[in-house]
Amino acid sequence: MRDTNLFDEHIPRLRRYARALTNDRTQADDLVQECLARAWEKLALWQRGTDLRAWLFTILHNLFVNDLRRRKNHPELLTLDDEALDAPRRATQEDGLGLRDLQAALNRLPLEQREVLLLVGLEEMSYAEVAKTLGIPVGTVMSRLSRARERLRVQLNGAGPALRRVK
Amino acid sequence: MKNNSPVTETELHAYIDGQLDGARRAAVETYLAANPAEAERVHAYARQNEQLHALFDSTLDEPVPEALRMKPARRAPNPMRYAALLAAAVVGGVLGWALRGEEPLTITANLPQQAALAHVVYAPEVLHPVEVGAREEAHLVNWLSKRLGAPVRAPHLSDAGYELVGGRLLPGEAGPAAQFMYQDIRGNRLTLYVRTTADGNRETAFHYAKEDKVGVFYWVDGPFGYALSGELERPQLLRVAESVYRALNP
Repeated sequence: MRDTNLFDEHIPRLRRYARALTNDRTQADDLVQECLARAWEKLALWQRGTDLRAWLFTILHNLFVNDLRRRKNHPELLTLDDEALDAPRRATQEDGLGLRDLQAALNRLPLEQREVLLLVGLEEMSYAEVAKTLGIPVGTVMSRLSRARERLRVQLNGAGPALRRVK
Repeated sequence: MKNNSPVTETELHAYIDGQLDGARRAAVETYLAANPAEAERVHAYARQNEQLHALFDSTLDEPVPEALRMKPARRAPNPMRYAALLAAAVVGGVLGWALRGEEPLTITANLPQQAALAHVVYAPEVLHPVEVGAREEAHLVNWLSKRLGAPVRAPHLSDAGYELVGGRLLPGEAGPAAQFMYQDIRGNRLTLYVRTTADGNRETAFHYAKEDKVGVFYWVDGPFGYALSGELERPQLLRVAESVYRALNP
């Protein structure tokens, strides 16, 4: 069946968000696929005239959070704990943009902060849309955003607490 | 907000994200011009946004895999689906806004009302709460399955503190319906109302309704619509509804 125009326009952005969230191409596409499947099942629950993008991102968020919760007993898949994913620290920013440093620091952010940072900085949602998508108050959005940005800044400046090295 | 009031942390972020109105934008710029350390911090944050785009925007240009463009066929039950159902049901939950004030699916029309009515009729019954008792569970299930035309199961809810009392056959709107009754050690009763759905093989999220004192969680899963009724607070009833769902989708 190819009756998919409704969601098609949102798929690239869902994939971008999932990719940034999971840092894993396969896991990201699995997540998007699951999200779209859920969305088809629940389409009758979507209120026409409301923001379809926020609704889809909400579904994706729920799936990801629940997925992580279920996988908690499998440490190799755990990405919530910022100490679990220590990467060796790059000493320089000679790659010009320091993109890999940013990516590593992003992966070390607590999930709740990473989600807010990505929805604001990458998806460019308004703070109110982020609040609605994640089901949290705008004030919580702001405090998570503030913590996420400062944490990244400190890590990228190398001014923060020393990161652990992989032995 | 007044244009000369102090710049807040929230406004600094709104400035970075282009979510600040013009007057306050000027105030932020004045503030940053006078505070180089703050300006540096704001600049670093803005740079993070640019870097996020640099890292991930290429995904937007990738061809979308065909698998993502297909409308999926109905899938077997899985834990993820359960989790999402649950998420939809939690008060103030992240999907709550999507469900707010909507008309439930037509396949659940009158389901909570019928279930609640059957509950208030039979739950207080002392002598004959059920037609067939839990001791004859196999017979009960076979009989109800035959009458409903699809395999019915009586979920075991001892984990939630409720034991099966038994069940009965009821007239539903479009044919026979079944009611299972459960009881905790203090004699509090819950009933699970089961009826076949008109167009089968559908799924809905958990819905909640309240009929007078009786709370009802109801949902559709495959060929059946289910409604769990009881005079419990919503969170407690939800916990039992979760047990029912888990027992039916092991």
